[in-house]
Amino acid sequence: MSVSQALPGPHRRDMDPYLIRDGHGGHGGRDYPTGRGEGGPAPRNVVVAYGFWIFILSDIIMFSAFFAAHAVLATATAGGPSGRELFDPTHVALETTCLLLSSFTCGLSAVATRARDLLWTEVALLVTGLLGAMFLVLECQEFASFVARGASPERSAFLSSFFAVVGCHGLHVTAGLLWLGTMMAQVCVKGFRPNVLRRLLCFNLFWHALDIIWVALFTIVYLLGLGR
Amino acid sequence: MLGKLTWQAIPFDQPIPLVAGGAVFLVLVAVIIWIIVKGHLPYLWNEWITSVDHKRIGVMYMLLSLLMLLRGFIDGLMMRSQQALAFRAPGYLPPEHYDQIFSAHGTIMIFFGAMPMMIGLMNFVVPLQLGVRDVAFPTLNSTSFWLTATGALLVNLSLVVGEFARTGWLPYPPLSEAQYTPGVGVDYYIWALQISGVGTLLTGVNFVTTILKIRAPGMSYMRMPVFCWTALASNLLIVAAFPVLTATLAMLALDRYLGFHFFTDTAGGNQMMFVNLIWAWGHPEVYILVLPAFGVFSEVIPTFSGKPLFGYRSMVAATLFICLVSFMVWLHHFFTMGAGGDVNAVFGIATSIIAVGTGVKIYNWIFTMYGGRIRFDAPMLWSIGFIITFVIGGMTGVMLAVPPADFELHNSLFLVAHFHNVIIGGVVFGGFAGLTYWFPKAFGFRLHEGWGKAAFWFTLAGFYATFMPLYVAGLLGMTRRLQEYDVAAWRPWVLAAGVGVLITLAGAVCQVTQLVVSIRRRDELRDETGDPWNGRSLEWSTASPPPAFNYAVLPNVHGEEPYWEIKRRTIEAQHLAPEPDYKPIELPRNSPTGFITAFFATITGFALIWQIWWMVGLGLVAAYAVFVIFAWRDKEEYEVPAEEVAAIDRARRSAREQWLAAHAQVGEQV
Amino acid sequence: MRANSAQPICPAHAVSRRVRSCLRTAVRISPLLPLGACGGILDPQGPIGDSDGLIMLNALEIMLAIVMPTLVAALLFAWWFRASNTRARYLPNFDYSGRLELIVWAIPLLVILFLGGVIWIGSHDLDPYKPIASRNAPLNVQVVSLDWKWLFIYPDQHIATVNQLVVPANTPIHFYLTSASVMNVFFVPQLGSMIYAMNGMVSQLWLEANHQGNYYGESSQFSGDGFSGMHFTMRAVAPADFASWVQSVQQGRGPTLDLTGYATLEKQSQNVQPYAYRSVDPSLFRAITARTVPPGPGPQTGPGGLRGHPRPEG
Repeated sequence: MSVSQALPGPHRRDMDPYLIRDGHGGHGGRDYPTGRGEGGPAPRNVVVAYGFWIFILSDIIMFSAFFAAHAVLATATAGGPSGRELFDPTHVALETTCLLLSSFTCGLSAVATRARDLLWTEVALLVTGLLGAMFLVLECQEFASFVARGASPERSAFLSSFFAVVGCHGLHVTAGLLWLGTMMAQVCVKGFRPNVLRRLLCFNLFWHALDIIWVALFTIVYLLGLGR
Repeated sequence: MLGKLTWQAIPFDQPIPLVAGGAVFLVLVAVIIWIIVKGHLPYLWNEWITSVDHKRIGVMYMLLSLLMLLRGFIDGLMMRSQQALAFRAPGYLPPEHYDQIFSAHGTIMIFFGAMPMMIGLMNFVVPLQLGVRDVAFPTLNSTSFWLTATGALLVNLSLVVGEFARTGWLPYPPLSEAQYTPGVGVDYYIWALQISGVGTLLTGVNFVTTILKIRAPGMSYMRMPVFCWTALASNLLIVAAFPVLTATLAMLALDRYLGFHFFTDTAGGNQMMFVNLIWAWGHPEVYILVLPAFGVFSEVIPTFSGKPLFGYRSMVAATLFICLVSFMVWLHHFFTMGAGGDVNAVFGIATSIIAVGTGVKIYNWIFTMYGGRIRFDAPMLWSIGFIITFVIGGMTGVMLAVPPADFELHNSLFLVAHFHNVIIGGVVFGGFAGLTYWFPKAFGFRLHEGWGKAAFWFTLAGFYATFMPLYVAGLLGMTRRLQEYDVAAWRPWVLAAGVGVLITLAGAVCQVTQLVVSIRRRDELRDETGDPWNGRSLEWSTASPPPAFNYAVLPNVHGEEPYWEIKRRTIEAQHLAPEPDYKPIELPRNSPTGFITAFFATITGFALIWQIWWMVGLGLVAAYAVFVIFAWRDKEEYEVPAEEVAAIDRARRSAREQWLAAHAQVGEQV
Repeated sequence: MRANSAQPICPAHAVSRRVRSCLRTAVRISPLLPLGACGGILDPQGPIGDSDGLIMLNALEIMLAIVMPTLVAALLFAWWFRASNTRARYLPNFDYSGRLELIVWAIPLLVILFLGGVIWIGSHDLDPYKPIASRNAPLNVQVVSLDWKWLFIYPDQHIATVNQLVVPANTPIHFYLTSASVMNVFFVPQLGSMIYAMNGMVSQLWLEANHQGNYYGESSQFSGDGFSGMHFTMRAVAPADFASWVQSVQQGRGPTLDLTGYATLEKQSQNVQPYAYRSVDPSLFRAITARTVPPGPGPQTGPGGLRGHPRPEG
């Protein structure tokens, strides 16, 4: 770096705090992280997982917009049924159990993957998928029963918002199941290649994130709704 | 069978869209035929359409943006001319048509003109400036581009099949609900934006990951060029804000298609909620647009002043400050909705506070010029024009941030003049500065300087001639989006603006001429060394255009202006650093995934608009199939052998050695 | 939900005169001089317009105080430090100065602090819901924006007008606003602030005209194909003339406005000529805001619905 002084007075150049203590400019291959990000490009696994996290964060923001709408519209029942009249706590508990269990089995599949055990990976993924499908069936039943009782989304803004936010989550679960099926096929055909492993990791992240959103959902929509 | 689609969708009874659409269609067909006949199709397919190279994708974004800027500009010309003619007269555009034009003007300019322009620059430049080979997810990058192109295609298709939205560029309900706008116009808008919104969101994920996780060794955060910092801030905003747009438009779509009641007049819908949600996206959006432009100026001004950027750290701080505060000001778009003194005041103050961050940047650029040796090439002219113009626009913005003033200026032509002031002065000028600055890097030859300067002066003069009268008209009480008016006091100003826009037209003509002339005279304008401007950041160390792998060996970064340091040491030593040890390089394979996904997205979007449900199902299944097929490929990368890398890099080194021998002497101020 | 403010604006006349003379001075010394005579925001005719306009010009002048030197500096530096100028010092390492950083952050911060005060006080003083204090009792007007005309109901006089608003000068007008269908914004540029009119909700606005005259009124929120025709005239007349106008309408041959007539009025029409109703159903506004009357229908035929000037019967 240039050390010539063009102006009188203190000049930062000499006091560059980013000069690494051992005098080198900083290069890749350090064995300790300095926290300043000079280590060069991160390994592929880190990059993929990081990017997928950012995507999940964006998805959570999308859900937040629906949650915000629900907060505004929660009391806009337009003379129609409210949450208290509609929601069945047992049904919701059942759905929650299915989904949380599926998260657990998804974690089991990750353990099996780590051990490179194809059979148990596939079994655990299958159980995850079945539990997820069970969740969807229960949710569809709930929706159908509401519609049959006249509590369809066209009835009021509250119901519109309910169907939208819960339905959005359900759509994500459906997409997740499609992805799950594809991953099961990929693992079977290609085995535990690096890119397959990365995709399994992303799927795990996605599935657990859906779980977290479900927890927020049943708290804000169902539990609070039952209390209104 | 075909949903709502019938032959009536084609505007046989409206000459203007029919002729315009017909002309564009004929030109497109002619171009496609020429491409096929001349045998360029394999080249186009292999090198561009299926490319996952960030440089190629950046160029395609720029091309899309320039085409859409032209289309949006034509809409603007029509608006100005209609208003110039429509004093107590109907003009030549009936309301149904005029309303579509101003809606299309705003939508196209923002989503398909300005956004692709900035994203294109970021695509091309950021990996080069970071000293790496590509972005984090190259195939995703290609998909992002083609999905954006899908959105642009759908919006333009609405000109000849059906109609476009007639609700303005942000479709406030209840007007945009099915009850008051039953046609397909708002549906075109919704699906075009939902599809391209996915593309933009993926770009956000891609670039945040790239900038934070993939940089050359030694490039710590505080050694990144400011353009990369502003790209980071802009993409963080994309990741945080675009999901809100997706959700809000989804709610509107649910209202329109399935009779939901998010924003309707009846059954508990809340129209104010739409306004809040859409501006919670809308305000960060304008910062998404302007932050990369700020980054461009932070590169151009130091280069053409011959000194480093003044106040690097406060620039970074100001950028992140703007990024954060941009989420806290959205209510200033609707002070007049009646939120009360407390709420209005808080948001007004927050809006003024954001001006502090921008003000700091302006002063830093001015002090970068101080003590410099300024060369007035076209990029620098755009930058100085930006400083003047943007400061004025920011000033009127702070005026609007004062609620009592806004109570009289909301939705007036004063507002319209303000946001054009900052968008044109900031984003458009930044885009053109970036275009002229990095064009030689992308194509190996410079743009013609004379035509570039002419384009600048005409565009600058045209901007002032068009929008200064509109400030006055706004102060005289004229509201926006009027198809016809009858207040005599407004007339001279509207006429003046109508003349002013013709000066801007001259600027646009100069831009196009510049491109044509430069391509024809490219041998005279050739950039031999890869560093035509005496640049300061890493991209200028590559050849023009850079090879597919960007850097034969990733650079080791030692300081804030790494390339400047390399140059200085080279000149002092009078020879290049020794030849590195060349290794083979792995690059991602090209893939048609992006293009084909977008193809099916277009079909799905069109089917959703016209409610052709079987086609929707088909499109979705096909898109999923594309995803699966892509996921199944075995070979994701190809290798460039070490000898080829060596050959390419040696050519670059010999060009540099020739330049060294011919030009630079020790002690010469470079 | 909306609390009545405890402190209305100081007696309108005295302050308004002072404010208006400040405003006139401000306009005179600013480059906006010629506009003062042309109507619009810089030619206010009432206390709200005066105050709004004054704040706007104050904000402009505060900003100009920083903006002018900044622009001058930018152009000056660009010109002086041009490469061909051998007299200019080349300072290739001047890229940081603590003192400059301090000034560069401090000046905008200080200005914003000051402006923040103006914003806080102004937003509260000029909140549209805040009453105007006056010796004269306020006149209540209920405003309904329709597609694409304005309905003005005088609840105390039991009459109504379309696209025409007659008020006594020097009297505060208390507006209650709603919409039959889509969002609109009620705006009379020469009298001051605007406010949204939305279906199912009531917003409020206070305005006053200090001089007799005709003032241009418009909608400032795009509401559809007939939007350009949605302007009206606000006529401020002497109080005696206002009383006699009211009487002439009540005893005139205009139609009556009941729920049926309103349903007809709700249908889309453009460029409606002004007319008056000799009597109004007193529960009509309430019915509109409570939505017991359904919102206006959308387009009935063709792209923009009906065109022309249908006069509702009865």
